[in-house]
Amino acid sequence: MKQMILLGALLVALIGLVALPWFAPYFYIFIVTEILIMGLFAASFNLVFGYTGMLSFGHAAFFGVGCYATAMTLLHLKWPFLYCLLLSVGAGALLALVIGFFSVRLNEVYFAMLTLAFGMMVFSVAHHWRSVTNGSDGIAGFTLGDFGLGLDLTLGNPAVYYHVVLVFVVLAAAVLYLIGRSSFGMILQAIRQNPERVAFCGLNVRSYRLAAFTLGGAFAGLAGGLMAPFLRVASPEMLHWSTSAEPVLMSILGGTGYFLGPFVGSAMFILLETWITSITQAWMLFLGIVLALMVMFFRRGLLGTFLDWWLERK
Amino acid sequence: MSEPILSIQDLTKHFGGNAAVSGITLDVQPRETLAIIGPNGAGKTTFYNMVSGRMTPTQGKVLLDGQDITGLPPHRISRLGVSRSFQINNIFTEMTVRENVEVALAALHHHSRRWFNLASRDTVLQEEAQALLDRLSIGELAERRAGVISYGDKRLLEIAVVLATRPRLVLLDEPTAGMTPDETRRVTALVKSLADSGDYTFLITEHDMEVVFSLADRILVMHRGEALVVGTPEEVRNHPEVRRAYLGEEDQEEQEAGA
Repeated sequence: MKQMILLGALLVALIGLVALPWFAPYFYIFIVTEILIMGLFAASFNLVFGYTGMLSFGHAAFFGVGCYATAMTLLHLKWPFLYCLLLSVGAGALLALVIGFFSVRLNEVYFAMLTLAFGMMVFSVAHHWRSVTNGSDGIAGFTLGDFGLGLDLTLGNPAVYYHVVLVFVVLAAAVLYLIGRSSFGMILQAIRQNPERVAFCGLNVRSYRLAAFTLGGAFAGLAGGLMAPFLRVASPEMLHWSTSAEPVLMSILGGTGYFLGPFVGSAMFILLETWITSITQAWMLFLGIVLALMVMFFRRGLLGTFLDWWLERK
Repeated sequence: MSEPILSIQDLTKHFGGNAAVSGITLDVQPRETLAIIGPNGAGKTTFYNMVSGRMTPTQGKVLLDGQDITGLPPHRISRLGVSRSFQINNIFTEMTVRENVEVALAALHHHSRRWFNLASRDTVLQEEAQALLDRLSIGELAERRAGVISYGDKRLLEIAVVLATRPRLVLLDEPTAGMTPDETRRVTALVKSLADSGDYTFLITEHDMEVVFSLADRILVMHRGEALVVGTPEEVRNHPEVRRAYLGEEDQEEQEAGA
């Protein structure tokens, strides 16, 4: 019964998202586009953190490299958008494979520090390798052409682009969700709870952690690729360690224990930011207060706390 | 005598300047149950840690079926048919009881590499897990969260997870520690029936002498990291040094309790 209600709520939310451009002003189309992209970014992080138990502070590296990959291919090669995105996925996965190879062998705070260190290195490369990345100005001036697959889409129209983002994010989220529910996903969750017992069951914990980290990088790369045309620029800021903090905050705000938690966290983060910055410049103060309250009293996050309460209720 | 399943040669582990385990040499025969006794700090768990790959020995060798496994990582040793329990419950507390066993079975059957199945519909694993839980008489707890079941049931669950890897050699680390007398009897009976099935070789560390003497084919007495005596329960019971170092205290306690 409760499952049916949840499915129904999800369906209503999806229909609302699809219909959004027909009733919402452009301002909110932009906001929701950003929520979706950052939600996917946060969900890709949560595969690494919430499922596998690895707190990565360098997740922006994969998001950023995905953004650069799409921006640079659009600028120099003028590929159809779909192929740019696939390249972003590959770039995110490849970078995560390399960084993960060195990082997943460490635990806890050492893993966090090493991912942070790698993230800063990637940022530094983008910032200083001016001949390729255009330094702090970033890659700009690219335009969206065809989508690919012979689809005739006016990607320059924000409402159309919003729908494209929606389709990609929903599909990617479905794939991530199914991975989490697979036997492989069960092993990842077992690793979070007790890596030693998993090793004594005969599995190489390091390979599974690396697989999760690489997958997380791939989906972060896709989110980055979707972000490039939205921002019209790929800049080193997206690789900065403060960008790595965003999916961490979003996951904690929404809740790491449920799949949709990071998406809810993304909505909370971006809506709060939008509303509060229209009143005061001190938005970080308010974010800090909300975050502190969540961590002190609602550690399962907004969605997690609500669902825990609602599912327990008779 | 048949080929030993486990052959320990001069096994030694130093921590700093201290020898936690020192020069243990021992052969374990297939299908026997060997109990390891000794006071806390005698080196029993360190000995297990070296056999199961959790620690690398300072010196010496571990041979499984004649093959050198010294210093292999735990997952490799597990694949070779060695599994162990821990003194402190080592399970997946947020999962259900049955899922705990399914993790081990997924590893065994390589379902762990499946990315696009639904684990909740994996009836092959579920049925096998349920059968194993039933065999350990905790089948009715299958849907409960492992973190909330009783202490004794958690220890039984850990044994279920250990057995799910289909080991030939099972290392149990104080399986009845902290259990009620009733739970202790259940575990003792369980290990006895498993040992009698002839599918397993057991190493058991245990403080409860009643359990030790009812299960063990042979007993290794450890003292300060060294093997004091290895022998049948009868030999160990009558060994003067053991009586003085270890069993003597128990006898006295029993007499006091009886008085």
